[in-house]
Amino acid sequence: MSSAVTPGGPLRHLETGAAWLLGLLWMSPLLYAFWAAFHPAEYVTRFELLAPLTLDNFATAWARAPFARYYLNTFALVTGILAGQLVLCTLAAFAFARVQFAGREIAFALVLMQLMIVPEVLIVENYTTMSRLGLVDTITGIGLPYMASAFGVFLLRQTFKTVPRELEDAARIEGCSMMQILWKVYVPLARPTYIAYGLVSISYHWNNFLWPLVITNSVETRPLTVGLAIFGAPESGVDWSIVTAGTLIAVAPLLVAFLLFQRQFVQSFMHAGIK
Amino acid sequence: MSRRALVHVYGWLLLTPAAILLVAFTHYPTVTTVVQSLFSTGSATRPSRFVGLDNYRFMLDDEVFWKVLWNNLWYALGTIPASIALAILMAVWVNRAIPARGLVRMAYFTPTVLPMIAVANIWLFFYTPDIGLIDQVLGAFGIPAHNWLGDPATVLGCIIVMTVWKEAGFFMIFYLAALQTLPPELEEAARVEGAGRWYFFRRVTFPLLMPTTLFVLINAVMNSFKLVDHLFILTKGGPDNASSLLLYYIYEVAFSFFDEAYAATLTVVLLGALAAIALAQFLLLERRIHYR
Amino acid sequence: MRSESKRRLAGLTAGLVLGAATCAASAVELTMYYPVAVGGPLTKVVDGLVSGFHAEHPDIKVNAIYAGNYNDARIKALAALKSGQPAQLSVMFSIDIYELIEQDAIVAFDDVASTAEERAWLDSFYPSLMENGRTAGKTWGIPFQRSTIVMYYNKDAFREAGLDPEKPPATWDELVAMGKQLTKKDAAGNVERWGAMIPSTGYPYWMFGALAMQNGEVLMNGAGNETYFDKPAVVEALAYWRALGATHGVMPEGTIEWGTLRQNFLEGKTAIMWHSTGNLTAVKSNASFDFGVAMLPASKRRGTPTGGGNFYIFKQTSPEERAAALTFVKWMTQPERTAEWSIATGYIGTGPDAYATDKLKAYVAEFPPAAVARDQLEFATAELSTYQTGRVRKLLDDAIQAALTGAKSPADALGQAQSQADRLLKRYR
Repeated sequence: MSSAVTPGGPLRHLETGAAWLLGLLWMSPLLYAFWAAFHPAEYVTRFELLAPLTLDNFATAWARAPFARYYLNTFALVTGILAGQLVLCTLAAFAFARVQFAGREIAFALVLMQLMIVPEVLIVENYTTMSRLGLVDTITGIGLPYMASAFGVFLLRQTFKTVPRELEDAARIEGCSMMQILWKVYVPLARPTYIAYGLVSISYHWNNFLWPLVITNSVETRPLTVGLAIFGAPESGVDWSIVTAGTLIAVAPLLVAFLLFQRQFVQSFMHAGIK
Repeated sequence: MSRRALVHVYGWLLLTPAAILLVAFTHYPTVTTVVQSLFSTGSATRPSRFVGLDNYRFMLDDEVFWKVLWNNLWYALGTIPASIALAILMAVWVNRAIPARGLVRMAYFTPTVLPMIAVANIWLFFYTPDIGLIDQVLGAFGIPAHNWLGDPATVLGCIIVMTVWKEAGFFMIFYLAALQTLPPELEEAARVEGAGRWYFFRRVTFPLLMPTTLFVLINAVMNSFKLVDHLFILTKGGPDNASSLLLYYIYEVAFSFFDEAYAATLTVVLLGALAAIALAQFLLLERRIHYR
Repeated sequence: MRSESKRRLAGLTAGLVLGAATCAASAVELTMYYPVAVGGPLTKVVDGLVSGFHAEHPDIKVNAIYAGNYNDARIKALAALKSGQPAQLSVMFSIDIYELIEQDAIVAFDDVASTAEERAWLDSFYPSLMENGRTAGKTWGIPFQRSTIVMYYNKDAFREAGLDPEKPPATWDELVAMGKQLTKKDAAGNVERWGAMIPSTGYPYWMFGALAMQNGEVLMNGAGNETYFDKPAVVEALAYWRALGATHGVMPEGTIEWGTLRQNFLEGKTAIMWHSTGNLTAVKSNASFDFGVAMLPASKRRGTPTGGGNFYIFKQTSPEERAAALTFVKWMTQPERTAEWSIATGYIGTGPDAYATDKLKAYVAEFPPAAVARDQLEFATAELSTYQTGRVRKLLDDAIQAALTGAKSPADALGQAQSQADRLLKRYR
């Protein structure tokens, strides 16, 4: 017996097989990275079941590039951006959701422009601005264009709008100021949105490449992605066993976090996407 | 000051920190990009001067510009439908009770958390002629090796495949969320009516997913303009610009040729394209509101 | 108690400041940008050289800043100049010379060298290494971190194909003939090993500079304002490159990836590769077969472009700083130092007197491939370098790739590149 949505019989097995195959295909780059990183260089393009395992590639990769510094830079960058975003977007979103000020609609439309004109598009002019501000090759310089995030403002505004007015009125009767109302009523109620937005922001900026490439030029500021690009494409040629080891080093924290909190991750992304 | 006026002040005060940064890094540079495109690039020995539309004339004569524009179009046409179709397929599969569902869902989603720049080196290995994974697998079936990234006919396809791999799992999430909000009674009703599966999907599920598709579509279009990270490792836009995209070309002009004025001119085109998309989105959303 | 310690601290600080001031009065401090990635093996070598210099010249202090690759070093140095915190000297890509002149960023060594001995020093390097450092009758760059292209070949593959492993191809015709013998196909007609590979991504213009030179033609003039892409000999060189794949079948068709070529060679997928001398160490430590290194083959003559980095002195410097910078550069390029540097890194010794040192003599005797690059210098020419160098280079790169992939004929591709280069360079004539 077959239903409208779930097939029965052989077709069902066929589909399950196809779903698995696609999953395997989707995992293959990562699986290969593990293969190449944990085996000696001779086995980089040869797949033998009994090939010896080694950790040498990781040791070499770790010694060859200042990954510890890159980690630190990326960590500072990602937390700095997130902290800035949370503060700026909360304030702006609250204004858009609950304060009836003149020019609100126009201001909101101007904010939403950034959903389309993302900072990546304006690398040339933003680089000029940064050099005028003396922020070229600083972590602040990488983060600044992203801190006022239209996406964050939009998302939080939608959430704040769902907060019942009665809660706000009750707080006001108890003598809370506007800021206290925001802090004690709105922010706690928007927790799922904050978590969702935070995860999206972290994974975006952990992986971001083009702007950091443009604006950084020293080890002290380079995030992992830029460090990895320089490490992975040396002038003389690619050494896959070491490059894959470096790649795994770079993605490990995010990947481990993802594996541990897979459910929350996926749900957060869903949450962030629902408009 | 009256209480009403105070509210205005309060609203603007809350907005100010974000507004300063938005103006400084979105609106101001948008304007200066247009201005810069009307000037020549200066150097220590040749100061910048007003040249009118010279840069645009240069652009219209620039074969590489037209090539990257076409490439960008093909890149969009190649990545958007494929990644959306795959995303729907993945979401439908993962939404059902298949064995090892969590694992499969994780597999689909993993590319989203991996940096493009990092996995590009791995894809480079897949595509490398003779010793690469694809040629090794094809070789096992007696198919001759192919120079995937060295052949202008296949290189853009290779870039597209990698982009679809990166995007599909991300888009799947949105479809998954949407599928989970669909009322199960619909399926029940369809079963009673004896509707076929494909018919049910085409006439019921897909139309209900339309808002999600719109959202994903916009995202996918945006990505087709800004996702160029993998080019830095895989092809550097070659051979002969066969895989170069507009944003990559802008990067090249600005930071390898140091021609800021021409880079600004190209950016104006990119901004124009994005504005057109924004307008299209606006019109589509208008229509969507009428549906409700 | 508290104010007591504060006062003591203040006194200490004042002492430190005073100390620093007296130091500054006696020592010239120089900031030098250096184009290697931090943490790479080269930084240790450079650090060692710098501290050796400090021991001999306590009155000059050199701070080496490792800026990444050539492009990073140039951007960083130019950005520092604009922001008013300039460096005094730098090693940068030898082909950056025209851009640095156009930006009015560097000073000619002739204007800094004052004594006859210093002027003689300017002529102590291999002339072919000086070509990228001299223009308009002046010397702007002093060669230091320099390389060329050589031919790596798999001796085991030569033996298997019945060729003499000590006689690598010396001419274009031999490259084709031997390449055909070295190309191995399986029963189904699929190629298992190619005869030769010349990389055509990353730095195609560099490889092409070799082919053009071998055919008796250079790619540009010494003033950096004219290119010769459409000369018959240049077109012929590109036609030869294309024919290696398209006609003779000794090389794969399409472009060949610079970065992965070494792996192809190490896996035995090609019997011959052309690559930078910079790959010597990696090939030496990873090859599971007997390999050789040889000069590139000749058509009308042998030829290769040089490559790599030169010392430059910046213009925004005081006379004392310039003199100190000159002292440092001179010290770094002494034969003994150059020999050590060459042995430690694989880069070419930049002058004949370096190869006359006992150290380098012994090294070359023990590892003959190290001498190939030196011997080839006799036939070497400048790397493609003009005003608007990034753009002009890309024009040529695109033309080469268009021809190799069969999208355009060599004559059309190079003709178009030439006319566009003319358009760019007209205002510099």
